[in-house]
Amino acid sequence: MKYVDEYRDGALARTIAARIAAAVRPGRTYHFMEFCGGHTHAISRYGVTDLLPPSVVMVHGPGCPVCVLPVGRIDMAIELALREKVVLCTYADTVRVPASGGLSLMKAKARGADVRMVYSAADALRIAREEPGREVVFFAIGFETTTPPTALVLREARAAGLSNFSVFCNHVLTPSAIAHILESPEVRELGTVVIDGFVGPAHVSTVIGAQPYEYFAEEYRKPVVIAGFEPLDVMLAVEMLVRQVNEGRAEVENEFTRAVTREGNARAKDLVAEVFELRRSFEWRGLGLVPYSALRLKTEWSAFDAERRFAMADRRVPDPKACECGAILRGVKKPVDCKVFGTACTPETPIGSCMVSSEGACAAHYTYGRYRSAA
Amino acid sequence: MTGTRRPYVRPVDFKAGLVDMSHGSGGRAMAQLIDELFVEAFDNAWLREMNDQARLPMPPGRLVVATDSHVVSPLFFPGGDIGCLSVHGTVNDVAMAGARPLYLTAGFILEEGYPLADLRRIVRSMAAAAREAGVPIVTGDTKVVEKGKGDGVFINTTGIGVVPEGIEISGDRARPGDAILVSGTLGDHGVAIMSLRENLAFETTIASDTAALHGLVAAMLASVPGIRCLRDPTRGGLATTLNEIARQSGVGMRLEEDSIPVRAEVAAACEFLGLDPLYVANEGKLVAICDPGDCGRLLEAMRAHPLGRDAARVGEVVEDPHHFVQMRTGFGGSRMVDWLAGEQLPRIC
Repeated sequence: MKYVDEYRDGALARTIAARIAAAVRPGRTYHFMEFCGGHTHAISRYGVTDLLPPSVVMVHGPGCPVCVLPVGRIDMAIELALREKVVLCTYADTVRVPASGGLSLMKAKARGADVRMVYSAADALRIAREEPGREVVFFAIGFETTTPPTALVLREARAAGLSNFSVFCNHVLTPSAIAHILESPEVRELGTVVIDGFVGPAHVSTVIGAQPYEYFAEEYRKPVVIAGFEPLDVMLAVEMLVRQVNEGRAEVENEFTRAVTREGNARAKDLVAEVFELRRSFEWRGLGLVPYSALRLKTEWSAFDAERRFAMADRRVPDPKACECGAILRGVKKPVDCKVFGTACTPETPIGSCMVSSEGACAAHYTYGRYRSAA
Repeated sequence: MTGTRRPYVRPVDFKAGLVDMSHGSGGRAMAQLIDELFVEAFDNAWLREMNDQARLPMPPGRLVVATDSHVVSPLFFPGGDIGCLSVHGTVNDVAMAGARPLYLTAGFILEEGYPLADLRRIVRSMAAAAREAGVPIVTGDTKVVEKGKGDGVFINTTGIGVVPEGIEISGDRARPGDAILVSGTLGDHGVAIMSLRENLAFETTIASDTAALHGLVAAMLASVPGIRCLRDPTRGGLATTLNEIARQSGVGMRLEEDSIPVRAEVAAACEFLGLDPLYVANEGKLVAICDPGDCGRLLEAMRAHPLGRDAARVGEVVEDPHHFVQMRTGFGGSRMVDWLAGEQLPRIC
């Protein structure tokens, strides 16, 4: 397929692999965190690590929108979905995330909740138009990539005077999550998590641009290379990171120049600023309460804010005890370090969120890579 | 019934009529519908006897029976409809034992209010598919459920065939070293259906591959009687089928991604829907596993048949105590091709 196959070319991959192998210094290791689940997925699906020298270690980050949703927020969504007249529209992966009491949105659906899987926020708005007698709620999740579309449908809903549409907002912010990881004791004090650099987000950066990462590069002395989600993008980013480490540089470099600029997408950012404001703090699975790390609807949009409209009470629920999703999302543990990985926790019977989304570290390793760890 | 039939005052209204509860009541309305729709379309000596069962001659060999219920949504899709699909699906299940399909039965569950014109289109498509396959529909059943309790039309078909002595095709016969072949491009049916789903309608020229494969199987067996496994990768696609066989046979498999045929349009649609063509349903493709020494001849026989034109060798059976299906990616790495988790595409067949 044109414009896709070019970025999955095996011959080019071998060329870059040879360059990386020649560039790595003997006797040292390179630990790079790929922040995004999109990168985690690409690395597993195309077998990228097979082409990297053993001294380059990829550490999975928390950039999987479904994975970082805490149990409490899913519980809140389920409560809402079970109310009379409510139609809850959600992205597909979310329906399988385990919540309290053995429930998930999918199980709530079997109990009579009207949960509909949509591919975009616009589909939720369409349902609201078509079913004026129902309360249609869009379960908005995701990083900066999915936020502008939510803002767009909100603006459309207001312009059309739709009174039966609202948004349960769970949009989160990438830079806050990166800062939180860099500030964590495992990275800063204990040194149990070594991070020599970041493969920076692809789609998120098309919106926010390369500029927001400059602070991390400078303040924490960590190189960041923004990379596309194709496997050759990842290979090239790794090569650029290895070179930065070797040369003692800590800069923001952009491998994904075909889509990302330093400033990002001004229109999308304006749209988001029009509709959303920062939350004082927000709970992330694995990271706990992270200050100023998520968005909510501004007061003037409160008519469309499901949390206010339905007087939803904030819930905080601890993760299941056996589940290591939290440590895995922080890069502290690998999926195989979790006792329930592949035994009690599988994609069919997930205990933690990282086993649900195809971008989750556990699901990616289970689906594509568990033969590597099978004795 | 003989030539002097139609003791009904007015014929069934196939223009504007709708299915109603009387069509499943066992009374005159049902008899008329059977008479003017099903018997007329499927027409054969056994149906004309108008008994509740068919008495059938059986050639020598072992009896092969398969049954399949069809609930596809939408009922009409590019390249086919639930009618021909219900014939092909069951003919293929019988054929995958290396058997010659001989007879089909058909059970209909109709929803009250469904347009008779559409029902006739479905039944005629089914009749045409059965005639083309040379497999008569010899007995059937019709039930009607209240509006809202069904989804237009559900069809169950059962197929009966015979497999001669000496042909031993089974999912537990794959051995390390065997070659894995597919008969053509993967994912066409699933993507054709997806293109019509209301929440993601997109324009495409991709048509379902729905087809009866027993002719292809006969040609393959004539060339290589020792084929070890045959299976049609329907729901769950190639990935699921290979995992089933790996588990049944107690082996592993290793695929070469670059050798797996996928149409560019299907690959593109999968790309933006976030699907993997290896998991998307097919209705006119088969997977064959054979001795590596037979591979060349089998591939030649497949490619000589119109339904196997794009046949390809996609990998080999290996020893693996974990029964993993692995794949060397086009990119140059390796990964697993696991069982389908959850539900990728509901109601695809």
